[in-house]
Amino acid sequence: MINPFEILETINMIDKENLDIRTITMGISLKDCANPDVDIACANIYKKITEKAKNLVSVGCDIESQYGIPIINKRISVTPIANIVDALSEKTVENCVKLAKTLDSAAKAVGVNFIGGYSALVHKAITEGEAALIESIPDALSGTDIVCSSVNIGTTKAGINMDAVLKMGEIVKRTAEKTGDKNGFGCAKLVVFMNAVEDNPFMAGAFHGEGEGECVINVGVSGPGVVKCALEKVKGQPFGVVAEMIKRTAFKITRMGELVAQEASKRLGVPFGIVDLSLAPTPAVGDSVAYILEEMGLEKCGTHGTTAALALLNDAVKKGGVMASSYVGGLSGAFIPVSEDAGMINAAECGALSLQKLEAMTCVCSVGLDMIAVPGDTPADTISAIIADEAAIGMVNTKTTAVRIIPAIDKKVGEMVEFGGLLGTAPVMEVSKYSSSEFVKRGGRIPAPLQALKN
Amino acid sequence: MRAVITVIGQDKVGIIARVSGLLGENGINILDISQTIMQDVFTMIMLVDMKDKKVSDIADGIKAIEKDMGLSIHVQNEDVFNLMHRV
Repeated sequence: MINPFEILETINMIDKENLDIRTITMGISLKDCANPDVDIACANIYKKITEKAKNLVSVGCDIESQYGIPIINKRISVTPIANIVDALSEKTVENCVKLAKTLDSAAKAVGVNFIGGYSALVHKAITEGEAALIESIPDALSGTDIVCSSVNIGTTKAGINMDAVLKMGEIVKRTAEKTGDKNGFGCAKLVVFMNAVEDNPFMAGAFHGEGEGECVINVGVSGPGVVKCALEKVKGQPFGVVAEMIKRTAFKITRMGELVAQEASKRLGVPFGIVDLSLAPTPAVGDSVAYILEEMGLEKCGTHGTTAALALLNDAVKKGGVMASSYVGGLSGAFIPVSEDAGMINAAECGALSLQKLEAMTCVCSVGLDMIAVPGDTPADTISAIIADEAAIGMVNTKTTAVRIIPAIDKKVGEMVEFGGLLGTAPVMEVSKYSSSEFVKRGGRIPAPLQALKN
Repeated sequence: MRAVITVIGQDKVGIIARVSGLLGENGINILDISQTIMQDVFTMIMLVDMKDKKVSDIADGIKAIEKDMGLSIHVQNEDVFNLMHRV
C-alpha cells in the first residue's frame, strides 16, 4: 500500500492548494463541414459537434468523481472557422456571424464551458474569407456567449503581417465598444497570436489546427497553489533547491493530467493528443503565479528580479512536467493573466507591476500580455503597436506570444474592471501617451528574422 | 477498480464501524486498513476493492457519515496515488 504521507500529500494538494485539471478540451475537425451554402455548412457543423462531443461533459464529471480530482472546464476547439468561410459562395459578415451562432448553440447543447476556433491564421496574408471573419469578430463575440476567437498575425517563419496587426487593433477596440455594457467582456474572448500552436487546450486561444486529426483529447493542468506551498518548505535555500522543488511538484501535477487525459481518451474512444503543462492561475486566494514569484523572495511581483524568477519557474515546470507525460504540447509554461491572478491584481493595483514589466516577463514565459485592461480611450493604433511589440518578441525568440487586452470603455487608469468568475478583476493599466500611428500604418510585412532560416 | 478511502477529522467512537458498515452493505471488500494520529488529527486510510461499484454509488452514504461525524472523507481510484508518487 502507498505510504500514508503520500496519500495525505495528494489530498492536501486538492483540498487546500487548489490542484485541479483546468480543462479537458476536445478538438474536432470541421474540414468535412464546408459547403458553399451557409445554411448547409451550419447544419453540418451543428451535427458534427453535437455528435462528437455528446458524452464529453458526462465523461469529464465521471472521471472527476472516480479520481476525486476537480476538472474545472470541459471545452471544444474546432478547425479555424475562416476555412469554412472561404468555402462559402457569399463570404459576408452576416454569414460569419451565423456560423458563430451555430458554434454557440452546438456548444451549449453539449454543455461545455467554451468553444474556441472562431479563428483565422493570417500570418503571411489574408484571404477573402479570413477578411470577412476578422471583420465579423465584434458582432460574433457580442452576439454569442461562449464562442472564443483568435487570430494568428505572425510566425517566426513568415514574419509579422502588419496589415493584420493594424486591423486587429481596430477589431479589439470595436469588440470592446460592442460589449461595453459588459465591461468589454468580448475582448476577454479574443486573442491575437504570434506563433499560435495547433493543440492548445486553453481558452480563449484554442483551435483545432491544420495538422490535427478528426478528433482529439487535449488536457491542460494547473496548480500554482501547489507550487507555492511546496516552495514555502524551502524558504531561503539556494536556487538549485528551488528549481528541484518546482520540478518535483510539476511532475506530480502533470501525472494527474496524463492520467485524466488517458482515461478520457479511452472512455470517449478519441485519441489522446497532448498534456499542456501550464501553471494557470485563478482569482482564488492561493492559486496565483505572482505569489510563487513573491515566495522566491520578491516583495511584490513586478519588481526588479521578477523576470529572472519567472524564467526559473517556467523552465523548471517544463523540466518536471516533461518526464511525467509522453506527449507534452500546447503552450506549456507559466501563464500570467493579470485579471485572473490575485497576486498580479494586487501588484498592478499598488503600482509594482506595469505594462512594460509584463512585456519583459512575456519573453521568458509561455504566453503574452494576457487579460490586461487599458483605458477605454486608448487609440486603436496604440493597441496595434502593443500587438506588434509582443509579436516581435515571439518571432525573435521562436515562441508563442499573444495579446488579450481589454480597452475598458469610460474607465481611467487605476479604476477596476470586473469580469466575474475565472476571468476575475483587472485594474486599468497605463499605456504610453505617445503615438505609434505612423509606424503601424506603413502596412506590409515585417520580414522573417534570421532565426527562421534553419534549413 | 481498487480505491483508497481517506478519513480525516477528530477522533471519536464508531468511525471505522460506520465506514466499514457502509462498505459492507455495498459489497465492497476492505483489503488493507491503517489508522494513525497525524498532526493531532485522526487519519484512517483504507484500500478497498470496489469490484464493479462506482464511487458515485456510495457518494450519498459517505456524505451522510461526513455530516453526522464531522469528518472529511475522500474516495479515489488507487491510480491517482500510484501515478503521482511512483515513477
